[in-house]
Amino acid sequence: MQIRVALPKGRLLPETAQLTSEASWQLSDYSEGARLYHMTSARFPEMAAKILHEKDIPIQVAIGNYDLGICGLDWIQELLMKYPSSGLVKLKDLGYGALELYLATARSSPFTDLAKAGRSEQVISIASEYPCLAESLALNCRFKRFNIFPVWGAVEIYPPENADLVLLPFRTGQEMTTGDLTPVVKVLHSTAYLIANKNSWANKDLTDVLNSLYVKSSAPAVSSTPVEIRSGPIPKAPARPFSADYIRLALPDGHAQRHVVNILNKAGIKIDNYPSTDGSRRPEIDLPGVTVKVIRPQDMPLQVANGKFDIAITGQDWVKEHLYQFPSSPIKELLDLKYSRVRIVAAIHNDVPVNDITGLQKWAAAEGKRLRLAAEYTRIADKYARDNHLGMYRIIPTWGATEAFLPDDADVLIENTETGGTLKRHNLKIIETLFESTACLIAGVPALNSPKADQINNIAAVLRKAVEES
Amino acid sequence: MKIEKSKGMRDLFPADMARFRLINEVFRDSCLKWGYEEVRTPTLESLHLFTSAGTLTPSMLGKVYSFLDWDGWSGERVVLRPDATIPVARLYNENMADKELAKLFYIVNTFIFEENSKKNREKWQFGAELIGMRSPLADVELIVLAMEVLKKLGLNKVELKLSHAGLTRGILQKLGMNQEEQHQVFDKLLDGDASVLNQLQKEKPGLAPLLALQGQSSGFVKNLAAALALDAPELKPQIDDLVFIADTLKSLGQDFQIDIASVRGFEYYTGVIFQLFINDEKVGGGGRYDDLITAMGGKPTSASGFALYVDLLMTLIPASKLNDQPSSRVLLKMDADAAKAGFAMAEQLREAGCTVKLHLGGKGPAEMEWKLEVHTKAPWLVLTDLSNNKKYEMQTSKEVLEKLGRPSVAD
Repeated sequence: MQIRVALPKGRLLPETAQLTSEASWQLSDYSEGARLYHMTSARFPEMAAKILHEKDIPIQVAIGNYDLGICGLDWIQELLMKYPSSGLVKLKDLGYGALELYLATARSSPFTDLAKAGRSEQVISIASEYPCLAESLALNCRFKRFNIFPVWGAVEIYPPENADLVLLPFRTGQEMTTGDLTPVVKVLHSTAYLIANKNSWANKDLTDVLNSLYVKSSAPAVSSTPVEIRSGPIPKAPARPFSADYIRLALPDGHAQRHVVNILNKAGIKIDNYPSTDGSRRPEIDLPGVTVKVIRPQDMPLQVANGKFDIAITGQDWVKEHLYQFPSSPIKELLDLKYSRVRIVAAIHNDVPVNDITGLQKWAAAEGKRLRLAAEYTRIADKYARDNHLGMYRIIPTWGATEAFLPDDADVLIENTETGGTLKRHNLKIIETLFESTACLIAGVPALNSPKADQINNIAAVLRKAVEES
Repeated sequence: MKIEKSKGMRDLFPADMARFRLINEVFRDSCLKWGYEEVRTPTLESLHLFTSAGTLTPSMLGKVYSFLDWDGWSGERVVLRPDATIPVARLYNENMADKELAKLFYIVNTFIFEENSKKNREKWQFGAELIGMRSPLADVELIVLAMEVLKKLGLNKVELKLSHAGLTRGILQKLGMNQEEQHQVFDKLLDGDASVLNQLQKEKPGLAPLLALQGQSSGFVKNLAAALALDAPELKPQIDDLVFIADTLKSLGQDFQIDIASVRGFEYYTGVIFQLFINDEKVGGGGRYDDLITAMGGKPTSASGFALYVDLLMTLIPASKLNDQPSSRVLLKMDADAAKAGFAMAEQLREAGCTVKLHLGGKGPAEMEWKLEVHTKAPWLVLTDLSNNKKYEMQTSKEVLEKLGRPSVAD
């Protein structure tokens, strides 16, 4: 009888690896640099373990793809808040990986007092990576009218201009003042948890595996250790405020930064503190009348559509993803920046004996399977499935490491790839290229219909010249 | 792979729909005769209609079907209506607020997630709202109307229970709790957690026991008034209303039970609440909600209304109410080349009030009373009484109609 275990990537990996090592699981390569996501255990030959993004683990355990999993309580509560009847059992507080979820706002915000916010007639916007917890909080505070913006990250830079409130995690040593935040209320103290699927818990003998973990955790629990959050220095005010009087530009964080700097250099536009050396997300740009914040490219189309930014440098893939969900969204691509070229592809496991989507459909019908499509791009995946008449398909939203889902937890992967190398390494093959995507400059339609339009078009023209010259 | 319906959703079969339509017709007929006009609000509303009214409990709002639709880039969610009264109040406030009095009725479905997928997540409500009049007589009218509908449906053993949201809130205020605590206790009462009353009686022995008392007459309310006269004179108008309603109902011969703090599910109610029970199951309820329209940005407007819970009523209607089969049921079988005569014959029979099914092959439909064969040569028409298989050969449709006891309207 196979025992399937989901283990986290990322911040919980080192201590989880230590835990499994002390429990003598003897896993094959459970480390940050692991090139494969599937692992076996020398001590428990019946164990099949997999490395998943921490955020994916509660749902994967709940739907029964895994018997056991380890992840943060924050993601467990996020799932249970929306789906209280999901098939998940919280088994044990493992004590490590402590963080605290806070509702926070800008120091200058009127929403430091929740009771006041509850009486407010204005629309209160809350940005968070935890949209379900945020919504529940808004309902419990009886906010009269609120919008929840689910974001991929960088939420600390949103208040006060891009969101009234943010729900975000803090770890020991982090500074609450990053982005000039002040706490409103502590929402949750989270640590790593061992969880089980309800059915597996009721019907499967997991005692050997559990015992190995429980022996180890007879050590004193450390979960009560408070998370110390330093109140750091108040960041100095940016030269240009992030106000609607200026053209508000969103620039991407992460690996796209060097490309952006490259194009700006070619266009003769100077930018300071980007990429940032001190974690600031407000670089200074040498473009008159322009003010900048650095956020995730995934979040830009929604922010521009809402008029929280006027222009943004994002990817065509995320613009498509946004427009598939909201076809009437008021955003427009102004310029193809022609870097970060990727293909968005449909891939399947090499063991499936077909080479195209029609073949896959026939194969699924013959096997009596309902096709499961795993993707970070859920709307693109959904459209692909509809356009190809996949019938009773299911979309499995993921937060990264999507290759790990095939072949056990999904049948098709919708993913971006530059060279196809990663797919090949995970024994996957591409059956179709959906489209090619590059970075692009987008603008909000209201901004293009405002007095800002001329200046926005000028910026686009300068960048177009730089792109054409390179 | 057989595709099944979505969890918690329900198909209504012909037998269910017969019951549904019966209630529908009785309800509609009564409402029209009391001067109410029918409206229907959309299935999809903005979520903020329900959050901004500030009236549904967080636990109820946590179970609505809300999502981002095509315009959801703005972050505004839409919701499958979880409640029928709030949208009708919205409709009034948006379009009819200049009327002195609006009497509206509706037949709609509501959607609330039930964790147990065997429970219906889609529910049908037939309701009436009386908006614009501050009068305890309006509350009595609604109670009498609701009782009339149930009586016409053959449901006679209905228990009426009266409560009062304003009194309950007023007493909670007097118990020295802060606003947050009052909110929490009232939310618990709304969610049906009765244990909170026991706890209150222990913790606040002063007025809290009043909330738990029950009575059956206006005398009970008057006693309550005496008990509160010193501590809470401002509650007198609320008590006067309740006394009036109780006295009027008594004079109409209507029995009732008073249970002040029984407010479960009546989130936005401010005054008297009435609940209708059959065999201890709640089949309907309503009351006064004077603050709802102000909460959605309208001018101060008194209102009260009620709803009947149709899914439950459908199971309670006595079979005797359903056995109306006024029309003759005729199976019409025509020769291959007699279509013109056959369809014309069928039309005449239907106009005369018969139910006519065409024989389309196979054994033919069951439960028919007559069979009529239409031929292209003599015998032109053959009518069979299926109860005894007696055959009658005929020449004209007039003869057929006479035999069926339905003289032709064409003559």
